[in-house]
Parts: sequence; structure tokens; C-alpha cells
Amino acid sequence: MPVADVAIVGAGAVGCAMARRFTLEGAKVVLLERGTDLLSGASKANSAILHTGFDAPPGSIELACMQAGYAEYLEIRDSFNLPLLETGAMVVAWSEAEKDALDHIEAQAHENGVSDVRRLTVAEIRKREPHLSPRALGALLVPGEHVIDPWSPFLAYLLQAQAHGAEIVFGAEVLGGSFDGDAWTLRTSKGDWRARTVINCAGLYGDRLDEKLLGATSFQIKPRKGQFVVFDKAAASLLTTIVLPVPTARTKGVVLTRTAFGNLLVGPTAEEQEDRDRATVESSTLRELIAKAVEMLPGLSRVDVTATYAGLRPATEDKHYRISTHAGRNWITVGGIRSTGMTASLGIAQHVYKLYEEMGRSHAPVMPPIAPRMPNLAEHAARDWQSPGYGEIVCHCEMVTLREIQNALAGPLPPGDYGGLRRRTRCGMGRCQGFYCNARVAELTAGQFQSPLAAGDAA
Amino acid sequence: MATLLERAKSADALVIGGGPAGLAAATRLKRLGLAGVIVADRELEAGGVPRHCGHPPFGMREFGRVMTGPKYARRLVKVAKRAGVEFALGHSVVAIERGERLVAVCATSDGPVRISAKRIIIATGVRETPRSARLVTGDRPLGILNTGALQAYAYLKHLAPFRRPVIAGTELVALSSLLTCRKIGAQPVAMIEERERPTTRRPFMALPRLLGVPVRYGTTIADIKGRQRVEAVTLARADGTSEDVECDGVLFTGRFRPEASLARAAGLEIDTGTGGPTIDQFGRTSDARIFAAGNVLHPVETAGWSWQEGVRVADFVGADLFGWLPSAENAIRIIAGDGVRYVVPQRFVPSEGGLPHIQLRASDDISGALVARSGSEKVHTQTMRTGPERRILAPRNALRSANADVTFSFDGIQASKPQGGA
Repeated sequence: MPVADVAIVGAGAVGCAMARRFTLEGAKVVLLERGTDLLSGASKANSAILHTGFDAPPGSIELACMQAGYAEYLEIRDSFNLPLLETGAMVVAWSEAEKDALDHIEAQAHENGVSDVRRLTVAEIRKREPHLSPRALGALLVPGEHVIDPWSPFLAYLLQAQAHGAEIVFGAEVLGGSFDGDAWTLRTSKGDWRARTVINCAGLYGDRLDEKLLGATSFQIKPRKGQFVVFDKAAASLLTTIVLPVPTARTKGVVLTRTAFGNLLVGPTAEEQEDRDRATVESSTLRELIAKAVEMLPGLSRVDVTATYAGLRPATEDKHYRISTHAGRNWITVGGIRSTGMTASLGIAQHVYKLYEEMGRSHAPVMPPIAPRMPNLAEHAARDWQSPGYGEIVCHCEMVTLREIQNALAGPLPPGDYGGLRRRTRCGMGRCQGFYCNARVAELTAGQFQSPLAAGDAA
Repeated sequence: MATLLERAKSADALVIGGGPAGLAAATRLKRLGLAGVIVADRELEAGGVPRHCGHPPFGMREFGRVMTGPKYARRLVKVAKRAGVEFALGHSVVAIERGERLVAVCATSDGPVRISAKRIIIATGVRETPRSARLVTGDRPLGILNTGALQAYAYLKHLAPFRRPVIAGTELVALSSLLTCRKIGAQPVAMIEERERPTTRRPFMALPRLLGVPVRYGTTIADIKGRQRVEAVTLARADGTSEDVECDGVLFTGRFRPEASLARAAGLEIDTGTGGPTIDQFGRTSDARIFAAGNVLHPVETAGWSWQEGVRVADFVGADLFGWLPSAENAIRIIAGDGVRYVVPQRFVPSEGGLPHIQLRASDDISGALVARSGSEKVHTQTMRTGPERRILAPRNALRSANADVTFSFDGIQASKPQGGA
């Protein structure tokens, strides 16, 4: 059995960035994912904000990874054709107590090296965001906070890793394994895989994987559910800047932000739960989120809801990232990567590669790296439908073309399920939620997915 | 977005949307003698929603006989073509420029097309409210859809999205979904209705009985469960009890919303009651050169009604091009008051002619007097017993004597509690 240099468990945001980094550094990588597509767990549901780290714990690994990840995303995004919606953010104080807290946040931002953070007067807030509720008492402007497409980057990273020889295996749940002093043998639902070193990026199952293969875990995953509401594109004209709340000790709080796709998003909630798989939306909570959003942006009361979703963040018993090496066992655990993981992923990958080198490993970097060009899904840049020859518009709400769907299905990493196709193309993600396109997509994807859209032929 | 490939067309009238209202309007405009009449439709085939309603009854009002949806749609297209209507299919209108000239900017697979027109009729129709916007609790697996999608599965693709769905809602469209389920060999496990009585007329509820589908009133979906595909739903009754029902799909029917994003993006005034563009009694939107007809104005009416409205609005467009319509200025507003969900038209220009009715919907089951007031003066009263989603018509002539904004409301309402949720 061939022995890879590194087996990465989990194709979430962190695992995808990790696969890219290790492959570019010259390691032979195998990526094992239990889901039928990348981003099947915690990573598929987030607020899609690229954070500066202005409010991260000073001096923390988290801050370092966020800032390194932020910088690398800006550096590489053009080569992949990945979007950046330069919105900036405002931490808005809605009470006197919150207003008092802004000073501390501003000082922390400066300490964290985010030097362009500054206070806005009420008049400046109004000028910048005329539709925002006049109840805002003050705000801190964070010009560097931006919005990205939360899915395409990670597909891009995997495509790059794959182009340089990484093996990507979906439907491969790690069931067990052993270390023989030199290499690991991982027993999975898709056969056995051997690798010198294992990197645990298993997200919501990170502690369980450590337990199963190392016999112990240094942390416990405590799933934290976040629900979101997506408003119709009509809402996008109501807001430019991301509106962040004054955070509490536990969570960054409910955010109001545009999306790269032209919608407006409110969320997430922060709800502790035991279940690691089930992330339900709940009617009463969604109503509360909408009420909160309308309170901040009254014009939203006249805007329809397009979508609702929920995800689980792999929080642990404390708020820090849980990154640790087990040198004698050729094992690195990357656990407890919560809300900031999307921003930090590229930085975490750099950091973990350094840890790997410290374990005495090294490779010759691939030169030059191939950067696959991603189809743009963001509303503010040219979409596929604007170029002739697209065949037909399959999803009218999101203007998804037949050509885009066919390219996604025929690509080197085709979607393994409907969710994967939606994240690659946006089909069915719009205001009608598949009223028009669902049957056509069922037809186009027949035979492609383990869980097909259609239950079968008409009797 | 101008490119070398960009092509231009011009027309006297451009109709956006090739369903019953749009096709009726275009056909009428040709018969009125207009030279250039174009119907732009984003689909590759015109006909609109009836194309995938494979069941009768369609066509009584238009062709004097009962036919299935697809046959009816083909007939409308054939008649329009024979009248000389030009079709621009696979044309997605992405913007309407409202400068000195009206220009519809279209995306096509052959590159962008700009269609300039003297008048535009928006006839973009309706769709149902999806699960997401109903804020229903639960997982989000495969098998959750609207009737429109079910019909497309059944009649256009000959596929079945599920075998044992729960059907939410009792509007007329829910009953049509029973027929569609039968067509694909699906046996619904239950039909549920949040209210204590059906939304459609009670005699129609013989259909689920006939097909062996249990109907549960006062029931909502409290949870949807399923990892890949729907596995079960939790049904909650008004008395606080609940039960899990195994199923492999959930069909959310009705609660129609106008497909008005184009009208909204064009900056036309949108009515919060209907969700569609506001019009005056001649079908003119807040830009008097742009008209609207059909279900984009009023969720929801029958195909036959939309067809007739298309014909009427075409007459007004024709009159307007001949300079016969009164100015759209100085209109009074028609307002939906207590117990009234919406009114169409929303503006009235003091003059003769126009759509013969004010169309209304009640917000709940109501028995009482529908009263129109202009200032403190009652200009019209009609007593009725009605429910939500029932057609209510007040004669246009009721407004003849009004010289200030008119509010329609129900007096002496006996309504059950307002409805929300699933």
C-alpha cells in the first residue's frame, strides 16, 4: 500500500486549506472526508465575513492565524478569480453601556495591529448608512472587514491540491487505525489509507477522532448552533457596511451583513446542543432574528425572506483554538476552530505546516503552483450569463446557466450532492428556492448523486 | 454591459412574460392593429405555468371548452403566433431602463439584446411561498418543495420527487397537487391546514376523501426530520398535542407571491398587500408607460381571469398609444383597510372606463359589510360572507363619486384569529 506523507481528516474550511498548503509545500497528501462533498459539516454555514482580527484575543494563535489567513486570501484571490466585497464593518452600540465598551474594543483593535479602526459619530453613521435605525448611539468603523464567497475558495484550494497530486476521497469516514512507529494506517468506510502523519481537521468530530486513534483527547467539542436568515436581494440597497454587535464573552453575536451574492444576511444565533449532526432551523428563533434585523434596519420589514439555514460551530469548553502536536505519534490535532475558521483557515494551514516542520519533516515546494480559475458567483462581478453561449438559464432567481451546471458536474471535483451543486453554482439558492428549477436540476443531475433529487420515475 | 455582440430590437409594445395574461395581451394588441408586438419569455417555450398543469379545467372562458394546461398553453401560443405576435424566447429581462425611451435589457444565450418599446406590459406571474419564507422548523433535506416544482417534475420531466408526501395547505392548488401526485404514483399521507376549515370551498374537499388522503385541520408542521431526504414530520394540533408522521416529502402549497423582482428592480412602486406593482384602473404602474396584467398584480387568480385581464389591459395600452387614455396624474389612492389584505387597482383616475372591478382579498374568514369610504363618506357597501383567497369584486363605478382617497374595510367583522406560520 502506498504511503502518503500526510493524511488530512476532514474537508471543511480548515482541511481544504490544509490540503492546499501541504501539497504546495511538496507533501503527498490524502484528504479523507466522511461527507459526500467538501464543506459538509460546520463549514457550510457561516456569515462569510473575512475578519481582520480586530477583536480577537491579543497575542493568541487565533489572531495570528486570522491575520495570516486574511493576508494570504488577499494575495491569492485574484489568481483564483475569487471575489472580495469591500464593505468594511461597523461595531454599532445600541445602548450607553455598549457605547462605553467601544473604547476598549478600539484599544484592543489597535493592540492587534488593526490600526485603521476608528470611532464614527452619529452623524457619520447616518451618512454612511442612512437606512440604519437612528437608535445607533455610536460605532467603531473597521474598514478592513470584508465579505467573501464562503464556498468557492475552499473548492479552489482543493482543486489546486488535486492538480498537484493530492488525493481527495469523499464518503470516507475514519473508523479506526493504528500507528506502527513510522506511519499510520487509517481504516475508513472507503478502505485503508496509509500516511506518515495524520492531521485531524475533523471539526465537530475532532475530539472523537483523537479519542478513537490516540486513546485520549485534550478537549471536548460542544456544538454551538447558529441560525441565519437570508433576505431577498431587494434588501441589499438598504445596507453597505457590515453591522457587528458589541460582542459578549461567549460569542461575536448577531451580525447583519450583505452577502457576496447580493442578499442581506442576519445571524448567527449561539445555541449550545449535544447533537453533532442535526442543525435545525426553528420558527420562533428565526422570527426573533428577523425582529432583531428589522430593529436595526427598519426597511427590512418590507422585504421577503429568501432562505433560512443553520450550522454547528465546533466550539469547545474554552474559546481558544485547540491546535496540538503529538510528535511521537506523528499526529497533529487542529480542533475547536469556531466562527473565525473561514478567515483563519489559510493562516492555520501555514501555522500547522510550521509545526510539522518542527516535527522534523520537510519537502520541496511545487513550482510553479497551478491556480484553477473559479467561476465567479458574486453579484458585483461578471457572471457566466453575461457571456454568450450559456445554453439556457436553469435557475432564474440566481441566473445560473446550463453551462455552469454542466461544468460543475463535469469538473475534476464534481459535487457529491445537491448541496454541493448549490454551493458551486447557486442553483436553487434564490427567492423561489427551486419552484422553477428543481425538476430541471433533478433531470440534469440524474445518476450523479448518491441521494438523487428525484425519488424515482413517475409511475 | 454593451458588447459588440449586443443586438437591438424595437417594438410598439413589449410584453414581458408569456403566460395566459401576457399572451392574451399580445394577441389583442396585434388585433388592435399594432405593428410590432413582442413577447419576451425567459423560458425556451412560451405558455407559462399552465404548461405544467397537466390537468383540466383550462380554457372555458377563452376557447369555450375544457382542456388540460399544456394543451391550453399550446393553444394560446398558436393563437398569438397566428395573430402576428413575435416571440423572443430564452430572453431573460434583467433590467428595464426608464429613460426617455423604455428599454428592456435581455440576457440570451446569443448575447445581450436590448428591446426598446413604446409601452411595456409586465406579466411575470406568481410563484408559491417556499418553505424557507414560511419559517418552518426542522432539517432541510431533499423532498421539500412547492406545487410548481412538483408539476414540473410530473408533467415536464416524468419524475417523482417523493412517494409519500405530507401536503401543507388547502387552497385550490393543494387539490390540484393531489391530482399531480396521483399522476406520478405518489400517495400523500396527510393534507394539513392550519385553519379550522378549508381555504378552498368545502365541496372541493371531497377530492382528498375520494383519494384516501386524510385531512387535518388546526394542524401545523412543528418539525421536519431527515438527513438526506425527508423521513418524518411532526404535526402539531391547536390543542397542544402532536404526532410524528413518516413521509418522504413535504409539499408546501399556495401562499402565492407575485414574481415582481423585475418591477421592483425597475423602481416601480410595489404594493405591500399584493407584493406586486401598483396600478391604476387602466393597468398603468407608477411609470405610466409600463402596464401590468395577470397574477403579478394579485396572488392568485385563475388562468382564465388572467387571460381576460390581459385582453383588457391590452385595450388600454392600445388606447394610450392612440392618445385616448386620461392622464395618470391626480389619481386618488385605493387603500386596503381593516380585514382587507389587498386591493387592485391601488389608484383611481377620476374618469370613465378601465378595469370593471376593484379586486380584493379578505385577510381572514369574515362575514360582514365591505365598505368603501372616501373621507368620511360611505361610497359603497356590500355585505358578504367570505374567507381568505376568495375572489371579492367591487364595481369600479362605486368610486365614481369619490374625490378623495378611498379605503375598503370590513365593518362589523367576525373574524377568527389571524393566521401565521405553516
